[in-house]
Amino acid sequence: MKKEMVFTLNNEEVIVEVDPKWTLLYLLREVLELTGTKEGCGVGECGACTVIVDGEAVNSCLYPVLEAEGKKVVTIEGVASSDGTLHPLQQAFIDNNGVQCGYCTSGMIMSAKALLDKKADPTEEDIRTSIAGNICRCTGYVQIVESVQQAAERMKK
Amino acid sequence: MENLLYIGKDIPRTAEIDKVTGRAVYIDEYKRPGMLYGKILYSQYAHARIKSINTEKAKRLPGVRAVITGYDIPDVRVGFLGDQAVLKRDVVRQFRDEVAAVAATSPEIAQEALKLIEVEYEPLPAIFDPIEAMKPDAPLVHESDARGRPLRSNILPLPWKFSAGDVEKARQESAHIVTDSVTTTWINQCCMGTSGCVAEFDSNNNLTYCGQTNVIFGAKQRIATYLKNIGLKGKKIRVFNPVVGGSFGTKLDTDIYEFICIQLALKTRKPVKIRFTREEEFAVLPPRQAARFTVEQGCDKNGLLTFRKVEAILDNGAYTSWGATTPSVMMLPISSMYRVPNVSFQATCVYTNNIYSQAMRGYGNPQAAFAVETSMDHLAEKAGIDPAEFRLINRNHPGDVTPMGLKITTCPLEQCITTVKEKIKWDEKRGKRNGRGVGMASLIHVAGGARVYLSDGTGIRIKVNEDGEVDVLSGSTDQGQGSPTVIAQIIAEATGFRPEDVNIVFGDTALGLWDAGTHASRHTFVAGNAAVRAGEMVKRQILEMAVQYIPKLLKRSLKQQKKKNPDFVEPVLDYTMVDSPEKLDLKNRMIFPKDAPDHPYFRTEVGKILTSGLHVGVGESKAVVAEVFWDPPTEMLNAEMKGNYSCTYAFGTAGVEVEVDRQTGEVKILKLVSAHDVGRAINPALVRGQIYGAAYMGVGFGLTERVQLVDGKVVNANFRDYKILTANDVVPVEAVIIEDPDAAGPYGAKGIGEPGLVPTAPAIANAIYDAVGVWIKDLPITPEKVLAALKAKGD
Repeated sequence: MKKEMVFTLNNEEVIVEVDPKWTLLYLLREVLELTGTKEGCGVGECGACTVIVDGEAVNSCLYPVLEAEGKKVVTIEGVASSDGTLHPLQQAFIDNNGVQCGYCTSGMIMSAKALLDKKADPTEEDIRTSIAGNICRCTGYVQIVESVQQAAERMKK
Repeated sequence: MENLLYIGKDIPRTAEIDKVTGRAVYIDEYKRPGMLYGKILYSQYAHARIKSINTEKAKRLPGVRAVITGYDIPDVRVGFLGDQAVLKRDVVRQFRDEVAAVAATSPEIAQEALKLIEVEYEPLPAIFDPIEAMKPDAPLVHESDARGRPLRSNILPLPWKFSAGDVEKARQESAHIVTDSVTTTWINQCCMGTSGCVAEFDSNNNLTYCGQTNVIFGAKQRIATYLKNIGLKGKKIRVFNPVVGGSFGTKLDTDIYEFICIQLALKTRKPVKIRFTREEEFAVLPPRQAARFTVEQGCDKNGLLTFRKVEAILDNGAYTSWGATTPSVMMLPISSMYRVPNVSFQATCVYTNNIYSQAMRGYGNPQAAFAVETSMDHLAEKAGIDPAEFRLINRNHPGDVTPMGLKITTCPLEQCITTVKEKIKWDEKRGKRNGRGVGMASLIHVAGGARVYLSDGTGIRIKVNEDGEVDVLSGSTDQGQGSPTVIAQIIAEATGFRPEDVNIVFGDTALGLWDAGTHASRHTFVAGNAAVRAGEMVKRQILEMAVQYIPKLLKRSLKQQKKKNPDFVEPVLDYTMVDSPEKLDLKNRMIFPKDAPDHPYFRTEVGKILTSGLHVGVGESKAVVAEVFWDPPTEMLNAEMKGNYSCTYAFGTAGVEVEVDRQTGEVKILKLVSAHDVGRAINPALVRGQIYGAAYMGVGFGLTERVQLVDGKVVNANFRDYKILTANDVVPVEAVIIEDPDAAGPYGAKGIGEPGLVPTAPAIANAIYDAVGVWIKDLPITPEKVLAALKAKGD
């Protein structure tokens, strides 16, 4: 039985018919075609599907779709400015080789954004903790951490 | 080297901006109208006879468009030794055997349909230990070979036998000898983007295939052979890549799911996508080849290596993919790491009912380097020599020809070792045996291509448009290593344009010239060499055009100025400064006389020359285009497994400081220094990225990672139970780039994709020995193994 749901997605109000059995990831990827959010494992272990719901980074592959009702959801597609200017995190990932294959990148950026939105001056430990649920096989995390650090610096200015 | 504008610079990966905005199209996002989704039913047994398969219920499920078994498709063998069918119809020989496949309108329906397929099995005796499998009375995994000839043994007929010098004589003359047994296990490559493909036939039965292969022409050839064998001879095939979410070896062979996808597309006449779940990626995808080694080495009283003898047994699993060819790369460290005059190596591949293996970063090098480099420390101790000193005494030198016939060109191994010694504070920290210890290991790897096929070449085509954009078609592939940036830097440098002017299309057989594949750390070296050559040709064409158009445009402009302003005094110009291409140069889009780069009149933006010079008129217009196919001057291995199969070789050293908890057996890495000979770093930030990522993978190989098989079944097919490092597992890693430009490389560069992984695990094992005095030579080095070893030692 489908149900109508209203929520805010990347700063726009969305009304959509959902099946309560869906995950938020399914709604985003398969119905709304926001495919920047990835499914790396489907069971909440890799973080590739991370989105921000009401300020918190969540694994959208585990998140029951109806839980998002009335909430503010931000995906990687909603991170850059509406004129296309990259968010400092996105720019820093490009500038510091924080991206290799790119499959984990959306989730990484969302986890880091949830952190920076709350804490403008994070320690390296804060950063590592914020992305501890996001698995990356390419980078060894070094340049990802550097990217987040640089973004934090740039955002302070 | 002359002033370089873009080589050696940390040019950002702006070409891959879609990866940070979520717009990049991976196989997950690649869709075609009417596309169906395929799913595969795997075996329930490690070894069994299939008595019956009933697909009727599955076929009746709404949304199901096709259900196929081995009886619905031609019985055609695939794989390196042709030892398996695409769908198995009589016997299954491993848990991952593909028994049936479904195409449906959604992945969920396809999955549901799998549950409705009824398969009746009659279990057969299975064998999981390669040593047992070699015994004469062992159950046979295959009763016959690809040609139907009966088999009497599980041992594969592969030629891995190498000998140089006289090992027996050298053994007798050695002052010190050690023998060790070393085991490495299955490692899953863990690409974050799981495997997948989309196959689509047109009405002429020509195939368009979107796949993740890093060997697009090899894949095309394998698919063409398969199509021919199922009765579709001469059909056109286009293979192309989406954005690829990591490779690390997984995309070297054409996997069975790819042939199944093609069969489903053929059957349904629709585009079909197969995309693995993470569980499938762990349970089905061929992992790194597991190996057991017996390694014996000796040295004389001065510590000079006298001989090295290695015997390897490889668990081949039930079928044969590239895992069985990893000995060709195991030979690198075994024959050529350090100067060792007498070498023998033999590898035996044995069929079992386990999962079969293929390539992973480093191929066979990490396994063999673990054997050789832990043995080096053992031998150094026996000889009473510091292990770092022992390595320095025996190090390779430029100009050496190794027992395998490798011709060493540049070789800053001494610098790698001394740098690591210094950075890890070796002399201060070594030999304390107080729970903390330091260890090191080195590597040699191909870094100038690897002639494993008749051609190790690559083609590139560069055209410069009238708007001053540089379009490039490369036959190579990118799987995340950063080629769109690095090859653009090389082309910008060679042509005189800027990296941002360069637009490269990789990974499409319809567009690119042939390429041997992005493997063996060969891409930057081989594609880079082709790019330099083609870039210089393009530049020459533009400079020839400039000889004609600089004076022409200048004279016209002066004439106009004179017309506008009668007082204008025309400058007296020496037009011989620009009367031949040799006198001109092009850099950063500006053409100028070499003798007067800032010449106020002759210095001209390249776009002006192109606009005027390309579209001239009937019969006169031109195109600026160059095409190069470059095949490095190397040799294939001969029947004795000897030959200089790469243009140059990379060296490197990893140093590790560990702390071992004697209560828990846990090993903490306090510092990891990875110093690598890269020839020249085209883009140092990207080089460090390769080293960091590979070093982390090496830590996983050393400490945490293993595909666990219980009676042939993968029991840890998820990221909870298969432990790869997270950002919280802090490994303080320092990547040190050692530059010693190699004449054969593009601007001196060597390949660096794989090396970072190779020496990490043995360096850790050697550091653990230094810390607590126990050798763990069975990877991964888990806390349980450390505790057991400490207990056995009496600690």
